Amino acid sequence: MASIGKQKASNLDKSLSKGKPEVNVATFALLFSEIVQYCQNRVYTVPELQSKLAEMGQHVGTHLLDVLFVREKGFKREIKLLSMLIFIKSNFWKTVYGREAEKLEQANDDERTYYIIEKEPLVNRFISVPKDKGSLNCAAFTAGMLEAVLNGANFPAKVTVHWHKGTCFMIKFDESVIARDKMIDSR
Amino acid sequence: MSRQAARTGDPRKVNGELFTLTYGALVAQLMKDYENDDEVNKQLEKMGYNIGVRIIEDFLARANSGRCNDFRDVADVISKVAFKMYLGITPVVSNWSPAGDEFSLLLENNPLTDFVELPEGHDSLNYSNILCGVLKGALEMIQMDVDVKFVQDHLKGDNITEVRLKFIKRLEDAVPVGED
Repeated sequence: MASIGKQKASNLDKSLSKGKPEVNVATFALLFSEIVQYCQNRVYTVPELQSKLAEMGQHVGTHLLDVLFVREKGFKREIKLLSMLIFIKSNFWKTVYGREAEKLEQANDDERTYYIIEKEPLVNRFISVPKDKGSLNCAAFTAGMLEAVLNGANFPAKVTVHWHKGTCFMIKFDESVIARDKMIDSR
Repeated sequence: MSRQAARTGDPRKVNGELFTLTYGALVAQLMKDYENDDEVNKQLEKMGYNIGVRIIEDFLARANSGRCNDFRDVADVISKVAFKMYLGITPVVSNWSPAGDEFSLLLENNPLTDFVELPEGHDSLNYSNILCGVLKGALEMIQMDVDVKFVQDHLKGDNITEVRLKFIKRLEDAVPVGED
C-alpha cells in the first residue's frame, strides 16, 4: 500500500455508523428505474428480467445482513426459524422500508412455505407494469434481498415473488432447515 | 407499540443504506458486464443523465427556488437545495475560475460511497460517476450545457471528493421545423 503513495482509508478502520441516513424517495425511485431499464435491455423475457433483478437484490441483501445483526441484535444470530422470520418481518423491514411488513403467514399445506405479503412494496410504488408484461413484478429485487439474508443467516431458502393480495413473497425453506428447527424444539 | 408507530418512517424518505447498497449492486453489475473502467464510467454517466432529465421536473415542482441570475446562483441552488433535497448533503461550492464559469463541488461525505472500497487496479473508475450524468442531464433541461467531471475522489485516496462543473454555453430552445 505504501508504494502507491496515497493512503486509502479502510472501511474496517471506521466505526459503523449508527444512524439512518435518509435520502429522498425520488432519488431511490429514479435509480431503481434505471436499474430496471438496464436489466431489461439485457434480457428477452420477464422471468429473465426478474432473476436479473433478484441477483442485484441478493447483492444488497448479503451486505445488509451483517449490518443488521451487528446493529439490531448486538452480534447475536437467530437460530430459530420463527424468530428469524419475525426478525425479517420487523427489524429487517423496518430498517429497510421504514415500517414492518404487513403480513407473515405460513402455508396451510406445507410447513416449508411461508408468505410475506405487502400491498405495495416500495420498489413497486412508482412502477406501472406494461400490459404485455403483466406478470412482471419488480419486487423480485426485494425477493433477492430476502433470499440473500436468509441464506446468509444459514436458513437456505428460495424466495419468489407473486401477485397475490398485492405482492407476495413466497419463502420456501430447504428441508434441512425444518429438520434442524424440529431438533432444536425437541431439546 | 405507540412509540414504534411513531418511529415508522417518513414516506418521502428511504433508508440511506438501502440506497447506497442498491447503487453498489448496480456498479458491481456493470463491472461484471463491461469489465472495463472507462465503459462503466460512460454507462454510469448515461444512467445519470436519464435520471437528471427526469429529476429536474420533480425539483422544479417541489423546490420553489425561483430563477437564477448567474452561474453563482446556480451553484448555490445545486449545493444548498438540490443536493440537500435528494441526497441529504450540502457540498461546499469553491474553486471558482476567475471568469466565474467554472466551480467545484466538494463532497465531504458522499452517501453513494458508504461501505465502498475500490479494489486495486481500478484507478480510472469513477465510482460515483452517476452524479456527473445527473447534473449534466438536469442542467441541460434548463438550457445550460455544462461539462461535469470528477477531479478528486475520496475512494481513490484523495482527501476529498471534488466534482468540477464548467459552463459551456446557453442552449437555445429548439423550435420544431415549421413552427415559429
